[in-house]
Amino acid sequence: MKSKTLVMGVIGADIHSVGNKILEYALKQAGFNVVNLGVMVSQEEYIKAAIETDADAILVSSLYGHAEIDCRGLREKCDEAGLEKVSLYIGGNLVVGKQPFKEVEEKFKKMGFCRVCPPGTPPEVAIRDLKKDLGAE
Amino acid sequence: MDNVLLIDFGSTYTKVTAVDINSERILGTARACTTSKTDINEGLNNALADLEGNIGKIEYNSKFACSSAAGGLKMVVIGIVPELTVEAAKLTALSAGAKVIGVYSYELTDDEANEIANLKPDIVLLTGGTDGGNKNIILHNAEILASIESDFPVVVAGNKSVASKVAEILKSAGKEVRVCQNVMPEFNKLNIEPARQTIRDIFLQRIIRAKGLTKVQNIIEGILMPTPSAVLKAVQILSTGYGTEKGLGDLMAIDVGGATTDVYSISDGLPSRSGVIIKGLPEPFAKRTVEGDLGVRYSADFIVEEAGVKMVCQASGLTLEEVQSYLNKIRSNPGILPNDDNKIGMLDLGLAKIVVKEAVKRHTGVIETSYTPMGKIFIQKGKDLTGIRKVIGTGGPVINSLYPGEIMKGVLFDEREPEILRPINADFFIDRKYILSAMGLLSEKYPEIAVRIMKRELEMV
Repeated sequence: MKSKTLVMGVIGADIHSVGNKILEYALKQAGFNVVNLGVMVSQEEYIKAAIETDADAILVSSLYGHAEIDCRGLREKCDEAGLEKVSLYIGGNLVVGKQPFKEVEEKFKKMGFCRVCPPGTPPEVAIRDLKKDLGAE
Repeated sequence: MDNVLLIDFGSTYTKVTAVDINSERILGTARACTTSKTDINEGLNNALADLEGNIGKIEYNSKFACSSAAGGLKMVVIGIVPELTVEAAKLTALSAGAKVIGVYSYELTDDEANEIANLKPDIVLLTGGTDGGNKNIILHNAEILASIESDFPVVVAGNKSVASKVAEILKSAGKEVRVCQNVMPEFNKLNIEPARQTIRDIFLQRIIRAKGLTKVQNIIEGILMPTPSAVLKAVQILSTGYGTEKGLGDLMAIDVGGATTDVYSISDGLPSRSGVIIKGLPEPFAKRTVEGDLGVRYSADFIVEEAGVKMVCQASGLTLEEVQSYLNKIRSNPGILPNDDNKIGMLDLGLAKIVVKEAVKRHTGVIETSYTPMGKIFIQKGKDLTGIRKVIGTGGPVINSLYPGEIMKGVLFDEREPEILRPINADFFIDRKYILSAMGLLSEKYPEIAVRIMKRELEMV
């Protein structure tokens, strides 16, 4: 199998870097080709990295509750840049307060994300889903 | 005696430097106007005659030369994303001492193909995609380049997965092709050395011949490199030292010319304070930038237009009328020297101050403050040069100025622009005898001696 390329990073003004490093490690161990943009990543940075590396998916992390506003228009911008085939994933503490996850998931799926991971999702689950979705197995 | 002759065929002057290897001394320097339009030997012989007049006739064991005559090494660079492979390609070309005359991103269009044909580059650097990354764009661009009729060699330094395919496309169209390692093998990782080396090889084998510089090949060991590359080499070896001879550590150099200004920094440029997030491409340890619109003669009008005539008056100490009338003078005779008229020197001083300040600003990194829900965060783009303690000034307008220190002050940190990470406090050294490019050449064979001579000859102001 050709190893799949993932572009990952923590979006917006968020500087939570620990989970980002752990996830990078886990994804690399699982055989993915990982391009980690680190923290405070803008939408444009994900897109530019995905173009140059011919990425299969973009993984957005957000821990500080502002994901909705940070991610607005990301799917559309990807399409505009010729990345229609790149799938978008998101995970973390996506909203502030106690909203039912079902609603949160709905909201982000509407924004063009193919999977939405709730807080506390173990890396193994994400890896399993990615492999299934990207046909890596 | 072991004597070495070092020659720099510049666009305006041919400069010669004689060095005694045993005593590690500069025997003398001289210059004459470059004659690239007729026979380049003419200018060289004039310079040598002048040198002989100063130091007498001596024999040379070897002769080396660098050249920026006949337009220098003109390159077009092509990549995908402007901030990524395009930038990496540009950095590669600049560090090879080239003049970048065209920069292209994403898929080339037919119009751009025409543009490239008209630019008549000496070499095209084709990049795009990390290894295993995007393939389509570089393949498309190879097809477009193949359709251009003019005869230029192409250095392919992109996605390795399609490198041989790209080479095939270009070869079948009759282009000379060199494939080397990717300038960006992984996302945000620079790898400029292999492509830089390849560019230099082509320069040696092909460009010299194409520019009619082969006539001098017979009397010298060879034209080793483009002049800016020799200067970069000199500055780099002066910084790092060689063998038992210690270097000066991190430093910068600025070369002010009549049409362009080059800035060099030898430093990793990492943040000088903690809690800074770095964004953008990693910076090369030895970095060269060149500003094609900043010079004190051919670019003088542009500077007055950009900075404003008031600023030029202030920087030079001339009145508005004087600035206008002397601008006319240098426009009609760009070769005019300050010793003919003191006010020319004042105008040169004013323009050089502005040029240095602006060129260093463009070379240096910036720091931005960003307010996040977690508090204040600093984001750095480019090199942090605040810790640089030594700056070398070269180029006619600096060397010949009565106040080189005044010009060099433009390098330093300015509290009105606190986001620009310029050196906070530095000593200035002047390349009084104009030896930097010669020392870059000398360091090819005698690196330790070159370091020692530079340490002795560069003059602190």
